[in-house]
Amino acid sequence: MTDPFADLREDLLHCNKCGSCAAVCPTYNALRRETTSARGRVSLIAAYLAGEIEATAEFEELLYYCLSCRACAATCPNGVRVDRLVLAARAALVARDGKSPVRRAIFGRLLPYPGRLDAVMWPARLYQACGMRGLVDRSGIIDHLPGNLSVYGQMLPRVPIGPAKRAVAGLSHAHGELRGRVGYFLGCAQNLAFPDTARATVALLNLAGFDVVTPPDTTCCGMPAYAYGEVEVARGLAERNVAAFSRQALDAVVTDCASCGSFLKEYDEVLGDTSRLASQAEALAKRTYDVAEFLAARGMEAPEGASSGLRVTYHDPCHLIHAQGVKRQPRQLLQSIPGLMLVEMRTQGACCGSAGSYALTHPRVSVTILGRRIEEARETGAELVATGCPACRIQLEFGLRKAGLAVRVRHTTELLAAAYGLDRSLAKSTMSGT
Amino acid sequence: MGLVPTIIEELRRIVGKEDVLTSREALLCYAYDATCLQHLPDAVVLVANSREVSRVLALASRQRVPVVPRGAGTGLSGGSVPAAGGIVIDLQGMNRIIEIDAENLCVVCEPGVITADLQAEVERRGLFFPPDPSSLKSSTVGGNVAENAGGARGVKYGVTRDYVLGLEVVLSDGRMLQTGGKRIKDVTGYDLTRLFVGSEGTLGVVTRVIFRLLPLPPYKRSLLAVYPRMEDASLTVTKIIAGGIVPTTIEIMDNTTIRCVEDYLHLDLPVDAEAILLIDVDGERETVDKQVPVIAALAADNGASAVKVARTAQEADSLWTARRAVSPALGRRRPSKVGEDISVPRSAIPAMIRRIQAIAMAHDLMIAIFGHAGDGNLHPNILCDRRDAAEMERVHAAAADIFAAALALGGTLSGEHGIGLSKQAYLVAGMGEVGVDVMKAIKNALDPLNILNPAKMFPEATGQ
Repeated sequence: MTDPFADLREDLLHCNKCGSCAAVCPTYNALRRETTSARGRVSLIAAYLAGEIEATAEFEELLYYCLSCRACAATCPNGVRVDRLVLAARAALVARDGKSPVRRAIFGRLLPYPGRLDAVMWPARLYQACGMRGLVDRSGIIDHLPGNLSVYGQMLPRVPIGPAKRAVAGLSHAHGELRGRVGYFLGCAQNLAFPDTARATVALLNLAGFDVVTPPDTTCCGMPAYAYGEVEVARGLAERNVAAFSRQALDAVVTDCASCGSFLKEYDEVLGDTSRLASQAEALAKRTYDVAEFLAARGMEAPEGASSGLRVTYHDPCHLIHAQGVKRQPRQLLQSIPGLMLVEMRTQGACCGSAGSYALTHPRVSVTILGRRIEEARETGAELVATGCPACRIQLEFGLRKAGLAVRVRHTTELLAAAYGLDRSLAKSTMSGT
Repeated sequence: MGLVPTIIEELRRIVGKEDVLTSREALLCYAYDATCLQHLPDAVVLVANSREVSRVLALASRQRVPVVPRGAGTGLSGGSVPAAGGIVIDLQGMNRIIEIDAENLCVVCEPGVITADLQAEVERRGLFFPPDPSSLKSSTVGGNVAENAGGARGVKYGVTRDYVLGLEVVLSDGRMLQTGGKRIKDVTGYDLTRLFVGSEGTLGVVTRVIFRLLPLPPYKRSLLAVYPRMEDASLTVTKIIAGGIVPTTIEIMDNTTIRCVEDYLHLDLPVDAEAILLIDVDGERETVDKQVPVIAALAADNGASAVKVARTAQEADSLWTARRAVSPALGRRRPSKVGEDISVPRSAIPAMIRRIQAIAMAHDLMIAIFGHAGDGNLHPNILCDRRDAAEMERVHAAAADIFAAALALGGTLSGEHGIGLSKQAYLVAGMGEVGVDVMKAIKNALDPLNILNPAKMFPEATGQ
């Protein structure tokens, strides 16, 4: 068993406890307790490693307050990788007792309480589609899902019947002069809930001059498993994806899911030097791009046509702005749309509280964090919120609906594809009402 | 140690079960501040209002239990570290802005409001709360009052003390004291408000503050000047102020700091320069636009080898990049740093910097000096590695030498961080015997049982 902390121990030494991380920590700002702040977590992990505290249930519970938004690491003046420390601590606990909270949650906290089951449908489907499939199947959750969804059921997007994979799998050709050949990594959420996004992304890449290959044999990126300390599960998934893309000759791999993108970019670190696919993983990590990052770098002619007059605000997914440093590019693309008015929210880089299944495991905190984001969105008077992450989209749609606001949420690529006239049905749903 | 169960029970009755923390995990999270000094409390109490604070203090008085008020724990002198154990009163839950009074140019708020939040709220109404400690995004205004926090805008706008009009304070026995009010002029009795500002939680717990506000300056510009010689930078500062211009901020970075930042960001900074000055001017547009060229000319006439004037907000932002990068740059050079905070008369800055450089040499340490040249407050940061005991001994010796040098130049131990745990050994040198005697008399009068933040400030006060 490798040490999940390895070189992270040095990071602990560099923490001066200045509190810069606390200022941007969503859970700290929602609860105002040092125990649920990034700085508090670092201190607890240091104490755990120093043998000052045991791996208690409270220690684990406090570790799982973290949303993995990475705002802390992005802001730390001393470069402490706070997010990694938390993930390493979770992995250490799993390595220690062989059970992650997600397993315990499924067996212990959800199954015995039918009222909580509706809440879990969304991640259940996600997990079924991805790495947790085995776990979820064994748990029997799918059989228990009630027909009528209440409370958190409101959160669920309408899950389309035909997954996006069917629509975009295989090869789609570039328009005009060929500028390269890219792979499209289709994330689980995009595939299950937002096939329009997947189609828009591929169509845009084609328009920009790229042949797009969507391999049929990719799987979940592995981030959800990794976040629950299930490192080995995550590695298995990562290896499958690395292998799937290695079989293709590609200039780049592009994705439209902020979380998947951030994780793919770290596949080299996730798999480590000892993996048989280490060099391929490194190659994949190096040539993975978020779609906005890729399109802005390669450049494309601005869409023409009538002014949309649409008032739009942009929500930065944590895994784009903090994990990948992608902030300017989606804005640049949005502003290329004729007449689109981009209105910034009061803060950029504030979490929406989704963090995948976090919204379901920590509903109270999640909704508090979401409330602030929705208020900021409301203040802008925007008719539409653009973003680059399906989990943010689900969360924001839920929050806006709950606040009674008739504001739509769309992926950046959907707005662009509509502006380029790539998809008439998309143009209709994106530009004029839901 | 630990508190007897009956005290914990009573605390729970006061604030509710959920808001008394006693697990080792929770206590660890309230053991530190930004100095990295640590000591576990016995309990943490999350309070919601001044009545609860009052009841906790009455209980602590009866039971002779130490009480340490805490905001966001971002202090730089150990002020909120529970060095003698006892009860930490976490005031972050008291974070309401009660009233923004535009007619009387003041704001009434609770101590747990985050400094940046207060600024943002009043600025939305065209008003201005100037104190800007660098931790303002996380620090609380209660902590700012307790430590009399300063900031970069001190040269023009002063420090927290200059904005406190009135306070509500819970005394050590639980009684509530009101001081001052919404009035500019007030000579009724002693100035009790000022007594509590900067008292570091040793005299009472602040539960409400009335701050004075200013109209928000509509316009701001920035310039940067590079100096081959330190003395010329200082001369420029003196000339600007003698010329009747008071800039908002005048920040200085010494050669070591410049090199660290350049190594970190590669901004093309002049690594041979002895000093960089970063100057902001705010106010009415016509005035500022007249002042900026005057300052630029003064800099050029007094030995600056380069002067950059920002024409846009974006350019101003990029001029500030180097200054903002100081902390990360130093953090990447060595694992730890001990940040000092001496303050000297403005004209003594070159002499002070020379002495610190000599001290660094003598103790074989790297000391980066930066700070607020406009008000004489310098932050010599001693770079080190906490694991290296021999080096840490040299660090402490160098700190003592820096204090002595500052005092010799007519300066003081701390400009804006406070005494707390980190400078208590030097208090007599900084205040004089009589000064410390007067402080003790005040402390005894207000906290006869010595339960309020004991083990702090006074040289002989120690933990346990």
